[in-house]
Amino acid sequence: MAGTALQRRLTWRVAEVVDLGDETPRVRSLVLSVPGWPGHLAGQHVDVRLTADDGYQAERSYSIASAPAAGERLTLTVERLADGEVSPYLAGELRAGDKLELRGPIGGYFVWDIAIGGPLLLVAGGSGICPLMAMLRLRQAAGSDIPTRLLYSSRSLEEVIYRNELDRLVATGTALDVRLTLTRDQPERWAGYHRRIDTDMLTEVAWAPNERPLTFVCGPTPLVESVAESLVNLGHEPTRIKTERFGPTGG
Amino acid sequence: MEIHEQDVRLDGNAAAGLLQEVFVHEFSGARGACASCGAVGEMGAQHLYMAPLAPGAVLRCAACEGVLMVVVHAGGRFRLGFRGLVWLEMKDTAVTS
Amino acid sequence: MGFVSRAFKGRPRDQPRDARVPPGQYLVRDFPVLSAGPTPHTPLAEWSFSIDGEVDAEKHWTWEELRALPSETVTRDIHCVTKWSKLDTIWEGVSVDTLLEGVETAADYVMAVCDGGYTTNLPLEDLTGGKAWIAHAFDGQPLESQHGGPGRLLVPHLYFWKSAKWIRGLRLMNDDSPGFWETYGYHMYGDPWLEQRYSGD
Repeated sequence: MAGTALQRRLTWRVAEVVDLGDETPRVRSLVLSVPGWPGHLAGQHVDVRLTADDGYQAERSYSIASAPAAGERLTLTVERLADGEVSPYLAGELRAGDKLELRGPIGGYFVWDIAIGGPLLLVAGGSGICPLMAMLRLRQAAGSDIPTRLLYSSRSLEEVIYRNELDRLVATGTALDVRLTLTRDQPERWAGYHRRIDTDMLTEVAWAPNERPLTFVCGPTPLVESVAESLVNLGHEPTRIKTERFGPTGG
Repeated sequence: MEIHEQDVRLDGNAAAGLLQEVFVHEFSGARGACASCGAVGEMGAQHLYMAPLAPGAVLRCAACEGVLMVVVHAGGRFRLGFRGLVWLEMKDTAVTS
Repeated sequence: MGFVSRAFKGRPRDQPRDARVPPGQYLVRDFPVLSAGPTPHTPLAEWSFSIDGEVDAEKHWTWEELRALPSETVTRDIHCVTKWSKLDTIWEGVSVDTLLEGVETAADYVMAVCDGGYTTNLPLEDLTGGKAWIAHAFDGQPLESQHGGPGRLLVPHLYFWKSAKWIRGLRLMNDDSPGFWETYGYHMYGDPWLEQRYSGD
């Protein structure tokens, strides 16, 4: 088997939950063991399918948050949506030892590998951080010094997913800059941004257009569209801006 | 709850799983040319209109919103319409594996 | 049966069987938005509605002219092919009977044509006899654009994709011809009580 280079028909596989951990009050990571997993690229996603005992099925897509690695493990990070159908199950009901069906890896557009290079601009809103975290984890695991900037918008500090790990990546990595913006609640003496991502913020954080950064934007559709539009207006090449929107997944 | 148009628009990426079932080849990295405006781009970067449990999905050009492709997966079959694509190009990955 | 996800129930779908809910449908309280394309925003001053095709004389209305016609308030159940149903929805609109008054035609079918290029086909007799409206208000409020405003076709006895959003006209046809989704395999008629979702059903 030649990893992901080998194209095959997608098949549903049965994965086992081997570990779970809360990232924030509403967000949980699931570590899955997937027999036969062919490996993945940073930024790819999987489709998860749940089946009730009467045969009813619900299917959703989730980005893979773990770096590509040898072995048959991968991590999904799921935000529990209040009126959701699948996410409350994945991020609430599921326990270690449970099984679920998934297929993947899927996607060849919103992907990054060390060989693709940089500089890298990553822009996330909420749980849009997940596929970008796979890229940051890959970069760290490879000891890469590709210049990388992350601009990450959350409602509050408590809702920043992977907060400690991001701190650690900045402290131990090379040429990585992480900026947070907290749009709703800020801690006392918060020195960072406290508004939605706008053109001024992108002017300050993004690489200059003539440095030709490769940009990945992931989050709710309004954020993704406004960030992409701002970057194009600032002179960035549209073909070097890759986007992934959350849609009406119904959670 | 107020719902905006933006909330029903996705990236072509979101149809990648569905379409890989059909094409076997990875779909979101495939390039195509829009029959309405001539724009060329990766399918993952186009606009997708798809709802949970909906049998049909519409892929539209990110530049002009013209219909590129329609997929209906229902009744035990896929029906695909390509009226808005002049061409569609996929990598031949056989050479690398 | 194969794989079962432990303790997964899914969205509520075995509510007390209501004789008003067609087979395979579940009830919702919200109003899901489905769309095959971007929401058009035609200014009302440029909006018009037409009846054309196989007619002796075409008819056209401006928005003001359409709104000057008598409107009816109707309470109906609606059923979407994505399996949600919504009971007792309250609409206000102009009956298609009113629009067809004085129209001479031998046509048996209609293509509903919309802003943005969406189309859907229906038998003419399903639009007449108090069965269909050009709806301009929902729940007492002007119809919002994401739900098809300023005006959508309302044909509640068929699956809701037949109730075309952003409608701009009815094109009368002698022979049936598939609309947008019907071209790709959706059912030509779409009776929710017979679960006519796809051609062949």
